[in-house]
Amino acid sequence: MNRRNRTLLSGIGAGTLVVALAACAPGAGGTSDPDTDTGAISTDISGVEDMTLTVWDQETRGGQNEQMEQLNAAFEEKYPNITIERNSQSFDDLATTLRLALTGNDAPDVVQANNGRNSMGAFVEAGQLRPLDDYAAEYGWTDRYSENVLQYSTYGEEGAVFGEGELYGLPQVGEVVGVFYSKAKLAELGLEVPETWADFEDAVEAASADGPALQLGNIEQWPAGHVFGPIQGQYVDAADVTALGLGNPGASWTSQDNVDAAAELQDWVEAGYFNEGVNGTDYDAAWQAFGSGDGTFLMGGSWLAADLEDAMGDDVGFFAPARDDGTIATTGGTGLPFTVTSAAENSDVAAAYIDFITSDEAMEVLAETGNLPVNRTAELAPSDGVLADVYAVFGEVTESGELLPYLDYATPTFGDTLGQALQDLIDGRVDPEAFTEQLETDYAGFTSGDE
Amino acid sequence: MPGRSARRSGRAWVPYAYLAPALVVYGVFLLFPIGRAAQFSFFEWDGLGESTFVGLDNYVTVFQDGRLLEAFGHAFVLIFFFSILPLGIGLLAAGVLNRAQVRGLGFFRTVLFLPQVIAMVVVAVAWRQIYAPDGVLNGALRAVGLGHLTRPWLGDYTFTLPAVGLVGTWVATGLVIVLMLAGMSKIPREHYEAARLDGAGALREFLAVTLPAVRGEITVALTLTIIAALKTFDLVYVTTRGGPGTSTTVPSYEIYRRAFETGDVGLATAVGVVLTLVVLVITAVINRIGDRS
Repeated sequence: MNRRNRTLLSGIGAGTLVVALAACAPGAGGTSDPDTDTGAISTDISGVEDMTLTVWDQETRGGQNEQMEQLNAAFEEKYPNITIERNSQSFDDLATTLRLALTGNDAPDVVQANNGRNSMGAFVEAGQLRPLDDYAAEYGWTDRYSENVLQYSTYGEEGAVFGEGELYGLPQVGEVVGVFYSKAKLAELGLEVPETWADFEDAVEAASADGPALQLGNIEQWPAGHVFGPIQGQYVDAADVTALGLGNPGASWTSQDNVDAAAELQDWVEAGYFNEGVNGTDYDAAWQAFGSGDGTFLMGGSWLAADLEDAMGDDVGFFAPARDDGTIATTGGTGLPFTVTSAAENSDVAAAYIDFITSDEAMEVLAETGNLPVNRTAELAPSDGVLADVYAVFGEVTESGELLPYLDYATPTFGDTLGQALQDLIDGRVDPEAFTEQLETDYAGFTSGDE
Repeated sequence: MPGRSARRSGRAWVPYAYLAPALVVYGVFLLFPIGRAAQFSFFEWDGLGESTFVGLDNYVTVFQDGRLLEAFGHAFVLIFFFSILPLGIGLLAAGVLNRAQVRGLGFFRTVLFLPQVIAMVVVAVAWRQIYAPDGVLNGALRAVGLGHLTRPWLGDYTFTLPAVGLVGTWVATGLVIVLMLAGMSKIPREHYEAARLDGAGALREFLAVTLPAVRGEITVALTLTIIAALKTFDLVYVTTRGGPGTSTTVPSYEIYRRAFETGDVGLATAVGVVLTLVVLVITAVINRIGDRS
């Protein structure tokens, strides 16, 4: 945590240096050279001269790290001429160092870049990632992946449009936000697993009769987004949520649908459906409390499944309530996509690597190591346990439902705007109208090009 | 001896050669980054692509952006908790300890100083647990029948900034007490005897003898703690990330957020430069007042 800014360490002589430095503007010469490949691409890399492929990933935790190690070893075995140099950092560390790495003289070949506009979008705009459409055609990636998933690694017009245009990366795993529940508690209340949103609302109300039904820890500001997202999916048209979430013009936060969604969240807080002091509770403390028997439901992402299963065993289940038309629309997405930098030494090798770690066989490795593979989800599902539920929900959402984007993708500042607005809404400092206006200011400002 | 002085002048560069390694390190790791940061502050740059020279625009934004002004406001509130409050407690506690000639003073001094030794991140994680809705603080309040005072201390729009500030008080107080004790131990006993002969009570003694004698230590304590207050980053980053809403944002956190998260490097460095100047001005003023004796 050594990020205290160094400028604080005072030094008065610095002024003279400024003059000396004025000749070299920031960013000048920092941009990577364009790819030297001359059009022709190849999917056969067995004849490539011995080389090292540098990969930056954030697969640091248990099963994530395991699958990466297995797949990297398998890749090196298949192509003895390629050596993988892996640099693995936590999500937060990668997000802060990637900007510097990409502009450096020795940029990595393959990097895992977060989908949103302040990461992948910014890199695309600066020309630091290589579009992969030509490889996608050769390798058949559009058949392998659902369009629902690929849109989150697709940018057009040099980063101005998100969700359509050219493909820049492929993810390995999926994520879906839904509802974890305690089977025993639900049975105690004499309730079935809710199928529709109305069922879920009734169940929450019934379960809150003696103590809050829902656990939420929102000190970090973003967790409430994973409660608001699924609520919004019930009220707002999926196309509108996608436009709002991807920061593309054509939708509005101040629509009545969005106000209704915000009102529902605020009503839930006021009705006492959540634990006391949501804004002052740790995210981890909340799901751990749920794991140790507090509350009946926890709205959260599939990444919690393994830990909750450790804590609750067979008692935990997972579902996502359906809309009126029977389909599921909920927040979700993919793990961070693997992208090829425009500085990559040999983009054929980089693309072959990405193809390899997202292949059908790779999906089996991912499933074996306890991850949620983004493709072939239904067929690779375990036979029981909460992961079986998670696989089923993700499979259904990507195939027949709507996988709604994380709302903070929208603009470079939207994560903060949304987080603060949600804390205000939960605290009752703003009404639903004012909440949507706060968000509209950021969204409209960005889409109209003011920012 | 003329020969010796000639030899001396001939080797005038020798002292600089001894200093060179330190100067090079200082220049490369301190002066150069500061110079670069100051230079960046005149550009609009996302940290990735081309940059545009915008003159003083970023500085104008620093003084117009409501969020940034709010952050500076919070930093000034923190000065109360990091500096003024610890100084008050420190003077009082050291005055009492000094008069009473407590046994085992060395032990107490060590215990009081401990918070300074612990990394701020560890301190912040610990306090985050204490302030949690079902944490130690609320538990203690309930235990003594003050249940109506419990609240989510880090999720309350009114109380979170003071709650974060009090962590700073906890950390800084030990340092201030140790500084004050050191200063007071230098005061000759005769001064107190003389004051007592003149009929001074404990308060009078403190104001007339003790306080003027530790003026230098007060200056040092204020300088250190005010800098700590203004540059607070880790405490806020770990406990609240600026929330709830924007009620605990501080300039250093805004710098980090803008430089690394939203890709606004020019503005971030401008905030950094302004913060540096604020620190320099405040410490210069304090030292001026402190030296005027």
